[in-house]
Amino acid sequence: MRLVLEKRPEASAAMAIASPLIALALTVVTGGIIFALRGNNPVDAIYVYFIEPWVALWSVEQIIVKAAPLVLIGAGLSVCYLANVWNIGAEGQFTMGAVLGGAIPVLFPEWQSPLTLITMLALGIIGGMAWGAIPALLRNRFNANEILTSLMLVYVAQLFLDWLVRGPWRDPMGFNFPKSITFSNWQLLPYLTSGIHLGVIFAIIAAVALALLLGRTMKGFEIRVAGQSPRAARFAGFSQKWTVLFCFLLSGGLAGLAGVSEIASVVGQLQPQISPGYGFAAIIVAFLGRLNPIGVILAGVLLALSYIGGEAAQISLGVSEKIARVFQGVLLFYILACDTLILYRIRWQQRLPSAQGA
Amino acid sequence: MDLFLTIITAATPLLLAAIGELVVERSGVLNLGVEGMMVMGAVCGFGAAFLTGNPWVGVLASIIAGAAMSLLFGFLTLTLLANQVATGLALTLLGIGLSGLIGESFVGQPGVKLPVVAGIDPLIPFSVILTAGVSYVLFRTRSGLIIRAVGNSHSAAHALGYNVIAVRYLCVMFGGACAGLAGGYLSIVYTPQWVENMTAGKGWIALALVVFASWLPWRAAIGAYLFGAISILSFVVQTYGLGIPSQFLNSLPYLVTILALVLISGNRALSKRNTPACLGQPFVPDR
Repeated sequence: MRLVLEKRPEASAAMAIASPLIALALTVVTGGIIFALRGNNPVDAIYVYFIEPWVALWSVEQIIVKAAPLVLIGAGLSVCYLANVWNIGAEGQFTMGAVLGGAIPVLFPEWQSPLTLITMLALGIIGGMAWGAIPALLRNRFNANEILTSLMLVYVAQLFLDWLVRGPWRDPMGFNFPKSITFSNWQLLPYLTSGIHLGVIFAIIAAVALALLLGRTMKGFEIRVAGQSPRAARFAGFSQKWTVLFCFLLSGGLAGLAGVSEIASVVGQLQPQISPGYGFAAIIVAFLGRLNPIGVILAGVLLALSYIGGEAAQISLGVSEKIARVFQGVLLFYILACDTLILYRIRWQQRLPSAQGA
Repeated sequence: MDLFLTIITAATPLLLAAIGELVVERSGVLNLGVEGMMVMGAVCGFGAAFLTGNPWVGVLASIIAGAAMSLLFGFLTLTLLANQVATGLALTLLGIGLSGLIGESFVGQPGVKLPVVAGIDPLIPFSVILTAGVSYVLFRTRSGLIIRAVGNSHSAAHALGYNVIAVRYLCVMFGGACAGLAGGYLSIVYTPQWVENMTAGKGWIALALVVFASWLPWRAAIGAYLFGAISILSFVVQTYGLGIPSQFLNSLPYLVTILALVLISGNRALSKRNTPACLGQPFVPDR
């Protein structure tokens, strides 16, 4: 007996939708097993982790606010991955967006007008785009692998931010803590409700805009062709280099916007740690959302739940919040495994196919 | 002499991980999960050494942990034909998360160090022997020929009757064991302690080293020692206190990695010659 994959005549549309749901169910089951191994009652633990955050309004707001950067970054990454462009350095682009946007309140603390916020947001986008342009240009010009270069730049960006807030940008009145001044008034995003800020709107607009770009425009068609059949794209005269650069500028800009939105709301200042790994979690968001910007919205909410549930589990169950990252990793594994079912049917076969040929 | 040994010690984990990944890529598989396997090797190695008091048990545990993680990668990419890039990323994300959870109770605990003779720990000569062994097996033996055939043309290797998937499974596991050992080296030899995320991108640098080495084992060794020298150099400069911010010096290894990739990849003749032709392509037997 052995496992054999049998190619389906065409990709199963039902499985494309079912796969993330199966993956999610398997993740919850795995979570229950992990909790049980640690001596918690798995049913209670799963309730605390996955259900309870939805009961109180404030924690629903927290989920939405945490989903915003994940959706912004994940929507951009979906476009990249559709085009077979592997930007995995969104965390670095997020950081540089925060740095460049944060420069305004740090260097001009007195400047308070609506223009302050607009300038910050614009600079945030530019910062992320610029940081994303580096791996794109290195790939286009020198054929350097963008996976490795974009990831290396994450560390460089984080060290740069670390240097800024410990050195020149440290708050002189901050008791030597490695933090910049705290932002105020027009240096912060307006809040729509007590807990939800404007960044959430950015995320929704970005996801819808990218869905339209992919589904309704020539550019979107070019991107999908570039990913599915690079040869066809070349024959059609689509520039591969421009696609690479476009994807990196787009996803970098969105990650930068997420970065500046985060420091201009939840964080409220620059400090060494401004992200609980949004740039990496967004990779999972992109895949869970089927590389579809609208799907990314749902996936972003789910990944946000993994963070908030992790915090809840830490408080009520004494389980480390680090379990959130385990769930995120496990979830991505299950999605990739279940995606096999879109193209293949799994069969148990008695004899080896090679033995039949011999 | 001391400086020389420090450089070798800093380079050895990079070399171990790079040699493993080199074999994996020679067989046509791109496993981007080196960082994740390495960090799992580091935490399991530290934990086993700490709990038993025997550093050799730790070394063994790190190897097993790395191999186990790679098996997960193998199952997804070789059996279920999942995308190798995405699965490698998943392996890294899972490894970092899982190691943080496993290692939580180890933070701040004193580590158990492998015995060192005259500044040389046993894994330094081992890594050199491993490099020589891999070089010999890949280019002087029948098994090496099969591995390279599978990596260069899996359909031809399959037609000749070789079990492509089995060869790749073995190579992936070898790579995982090496990456795990590299992580164990960090937590049992280099700095005997567990710090969350202590690999700090070394797995990714090892991946870049394979490209830098254009898939040749001895060049990987040279590359690893060069990187070791650069990271130690930045430490030395820091102790002199020339007013250069430590963050800048700490970012040097990453910047140098980018520079190395640019220099090697920019030279198409050099990078194309040894690149396994089937690198990253899934193999479907019956098509």
